[in-house]
Amino acid sequence: MSLQRFWSRGAIYLVLIAFCLFYLMPFYVMFITGLKPYEDLNVTRMWDLPKGIYLEGIIEAWKRVAPNFRNSAMITIPAALISSFIGSMNGYVFAKWRFPGSDTLFVLFLVGMFLPYQGILIPLVRTLQIVGLYGSPVGLIMVHCIFGIPITALLFRSYYASIPNELIDASKIDGCGFLGIYRYVLLPISMPAFAVVLLWQFTSIWNDYLIGLVVLSSPRLAPINVAVQNIAGSWSVEWNVQMSAALIAALPTIVVYLALGKLFMRGLLAGSLKG
Amino acid sequence: MSHRYLNRREFLKVAALLGGTAILAACAPKAAPTTPPKKEEAAPPVAKATAPPKVEEAAGELEIFSWWTSGGEVEALNAVYEIFSAAYPKVTIENAALAGGQGQGGNMKALLETRMMGGEPPDSFQVHLGRELIDSHVIADRMEPLDWLYAEEGWYDVFPEDVVDIASYEGKPYSVPVNIHRSNVMWYRPSRLAEVGVTEPPATWDDFFVVAADLKVAGIPAMAIAEQGGGGGFCGHVLENILVSVMGPAKYRGLFDGSTAWDDEVVTKSLEIMDRILDYANRDYLSTSWGDINDRFVSDDGPAMMVMGDWTHGVLMSKGFKDYHWTTAPGTAGLFMVLSDSFGLPKNAPHRNNAVAFLRIIGSKDGQDAFNPIKGSIPARTDGDRSKYDEYLNEAMDDFGTDEGVPSIQHGAAVKQSFLVDYDIGLADLAANHDVAKAQRMLVEAAKVADLGE
Amino acid sequence: MRILGNKTVGQSTSTYRGERGLAASPLRSAIRRRAPWLRGDTALAILVLIPSIIAVAVFIYGFIIWTGYISTVKWNTVVEDHTFVGLQNWIQLFKMDRFHWDLRNLALYAVGFMSQCIVFGFLIAVLLDQKIKGEALFRTIVIFPFAVSGIVTGVAWRWLMQPTTGINLLFVKMGLENFYFEWNAHPKWGILAITIAAAWQFTGYVMALYLAGLRGISEEVREAARVDGAGTWALYRRIIIPLLMPVTFTAIVLTGMGSIRVFDLVTILAGPAFTTDTLAFHMYQSTFGQYRFSMGATVGFFMILLSLFLVVPYLRSMQFEAER
Repeated sequence: MSLQRFWSRGAIYLVLIAFCLFYLMPFYVMFITGLKPYEDLNVTRMWDLPKGIYLEGIIEAWKRVAPNFRNSAMITIPAALISSFIGSMNGYVFAKWRFPGSDTLFVLFLVGMFLPYQGILIPLVRTLQIVGLYGSPVGLIMVHCIFGIPITALLFRSYYASIPNELIDASKIDGCGFLGIYRYVLLPISMPAFAVVLLWQFTSIWNDYLIGLVVLSSPRLAPINVAVQNIAGSWSVEWNVQMSAALIAALPTIVVYLALGKLFMRGLLAGSLKG
Repeated sequence: MSHRYLNRREFLKVAALLGGTAILAACAPKAAPTTPPKKEEAAPPVAKATAPPKVEEAAGELEIFSWWTSGGEVEALNAVYEIFSAAYPKVTIENAALAGGQGQGGNMKALLETRMMGGEPPDSFQVHLGRELIDSHVIADRMEPLDWLYAEEGWYDVFPEDVVDIASYEGKPYSVPVNIHRSNVMWYRPSRLAEVGVTEPPATWDDFFVVAADLKVAGIPAMAIAEQGGGGGFCGHVLENILVSVMGPAKYRGLFDGSTAWDDEVVTKSLEIMDRILDYANRDYLSTSWGDINDRFVSDDGPAMMVMGDWTHGVLMSKGFKDYHWTTAPGTAGLFMVLSDSFGLPKNAPHRNNAVAFLRIIGSKDGQDAFNPIKGSIPARTDGDRSKYDEYLNEAMDDFGTDEGVPSIQHGAAVKQSFLVDYDIGLADLAANHDVAKAQRMLVEAAKVADLGE
Repeated sequence: MRILGNKTVGQSTSTYRGERGLAASPLRSAIRRRAPWLRGDTALAILVLIPSIIAVAVFIYGFIIWTGYISTVKWNTVVEDHTFVGLQNWIQLFKMDRFHWDLRNLALYAVGFMSQCIVFGFLIAVLLDQKIKGEALFRTIVIFPFAVSGIVTGVAWRWLMQPTTGINLLFVKMGLENFYFEWNAHPKWGILAITIAAAWQFTGYVMALYLAGLRGISEEVREAARVDGAGTWALYRRIIIPLLMPVTFTAIVLTGMGSIRVFDLVTILAGPAFTTDTLAFHMYQSTFGQYRFSMGATVGFFMILLSLFLVVPYLRSMQFEAER
């Protein structure tokens, strides 16, 4: 290739690598700090690699946040599954069963996607207390499912909307009603959509901080991000423990992302691009 | 999106991932079982000033809220729990401790408020003695008065009158103090002071600035300051000691009942001193958090002095640090700025009997003498066993008996929580902008909004 | 027609699964010949939707109204007080110094956050679109930060932004001996420092949007431009950027929403006093830290109103797209 092209290609790679370093830098810091022993934690030596692998930070962090990790799992997995299923049903209705007003209704649902939670915290807490679900993981799962209604409906609706109506019509002729169509036509081919929505919901719910902070009534029940913030905000907790705790909190979503990155990408794009 | 079936591999991957997380979670050590609070053996109706409940054969649970999550604090609380468990082996104690967030105990206080508001109180909770409790839960009619308990346990004779006063609202005490901490202490490093030829720590603020100037020339920060965050409260702590040194205890108390205005020139003078101190503080004081300041203090290039409460003693000791000594904060000799951790009895506590049992222990000689030496505070009782306390604590106990007591602002004795938040924000503003007039305006506004003195 | 790989779907003579349904309900096939089954099924569809409708109506719209109500009463201490005071809280809010700071910070944050995400997101997408080797790897790394939570981001960046270490240390190591910057603790521009951390987390997402958009621009369009003599710069300026306007619009709306809502990051990276205060944090502290419930509700409701400004045009444009 021409010299000019060589340099411009080179420049492209250089810039990309620079960006990648920027995006990896905080992970690097978290990782090496987590592996250092307490004596090695020093402002001047922050960027230095640890002299060996010391697990004390990670062990201490795990001791502190393991219950919270479990809480998060117990809340996130059911919530993700349930809200995906609900979204699938809702998306199906909005996509294939138009009735007068269904479009307006859909838009009203979507407004919920943009809701700043601060606008409804006080009523949320009061309602849960009245209903008796305040402080219970079940209450938190329910809240996450409800707040997930708009986005899951949007994702599934986009997916189902692109299924040709001829397919639906064919099955109607074959005798399928509402549930039949869902069960025999859409559900079998919904797996990609389910994967995308499950991942999206899993990530959103796992990474939640505010709702978990406000809805749970006891430190023992707190999800992992609340626990990490506690550690980060408390008196003299060693940095290696703080960083390890943050890494532990980040691990599931990172693993999920690495393993299923392509689906993750599809999830990102489907929600925001129209159709 | 393509409409193909998710191929087998991808589907298995998703299933494996979700399953894997579930298994990992299941392997995590199980948290203590969540038993919803159940009403214990027919708890007697809320007593006014009479019949205390029987506490033999106490069983069930006991949920205690606190923000004691650091070393020293946890052990001290555990020492009390041991005494309790020895007396009531059938009770399972649930220690619900949540650390700060914004300021001391921030998240815990928020959580507590939400639960109290919803009518689901814990059995007891740590709270600063004084306005912090009174203006948050007592006036909302959510706490039981404890005069009957005080009478039964003889606490009126054993707790100093000042302390009982602080604990009381409309004549009845609402919580049981477990300790007394002193706010007006200045910790200093003799070796650092020696570097500029100073052997005695400064006794007044004027003296302080002379020493500070010398230290600055030698490249040593004179004062440790940790004012990270929206309103951390560190400067709030320092300021309360400046306030009392500038205006004297009587006028200081007037700040809380409206007789001293917050725009008075004595407040201006105090803020100016605070501002000046910042010039001699560690350079990164806006990024150092309260939790980190002790590390800074003990480091080789750390500051020479620090005005901080006497829990610092326990922290420094736990770091194995020896190069420090203490004196009263400049200008506050003869004064004892009081703050106290205490426990109250919420109405409708789910396990009331157990809660009352706990309060008895926390107010007892054994309980306090087990708790305080570890915590680094002195007992609220005047009959503590001196032999269990170290040099500093014995000195403090002496002073507590003789010095004049004044209530702390920063630690909830003198003011309500909502004012405290604004007060701390005002001081954070001063730390960032060095505008004394502006900070004072903010304090005046805060006092107005909080109806201080009404 | 050919769908689903090699299976041919069409009339009932195929191996289509619908046959099972057919076999199971001969009665139904009799019924379906009449119009009513259509309406019956639509009723079922609506029935399925009803729980969600109720949930959304209560938990979103109902709560919004409830918050609005609380903002008009006098509940500012622990003692619940529902005395109606109309707009008093609102007037007080608009006079508050803290509120002015919140708005200032919102504007600064939005500008900083939006511009970084859009500029860098677009730039990286363009570079990735140049048929380079390892595109998937680069893409994965850039989106990586999006998978982690605001709290984790804050914990990492708080240490990076410590003046005595972190980024400053890096600069010192590179030779700038006296480099000292307070980053998020800076009394004036701390909020902009926070946008660096926020953009670090979100740029990947915007990049993915742009990448998808770029992929959607067909080769022919680019060829045509090249044939017409447009150089690379003109190609981008005149054709590609305008064609990507919908993506840019989406990015603006999403980053705008993020700016209004930002809470986790600001909690951890807080600077002194109000320098990094946001509406979200103001609401939380007023309500749960100071027990000023009505004030908190006022701030919360204001945030909702602000969000509507962004949401409504966005949804309207979505409807237009759907109708096209």
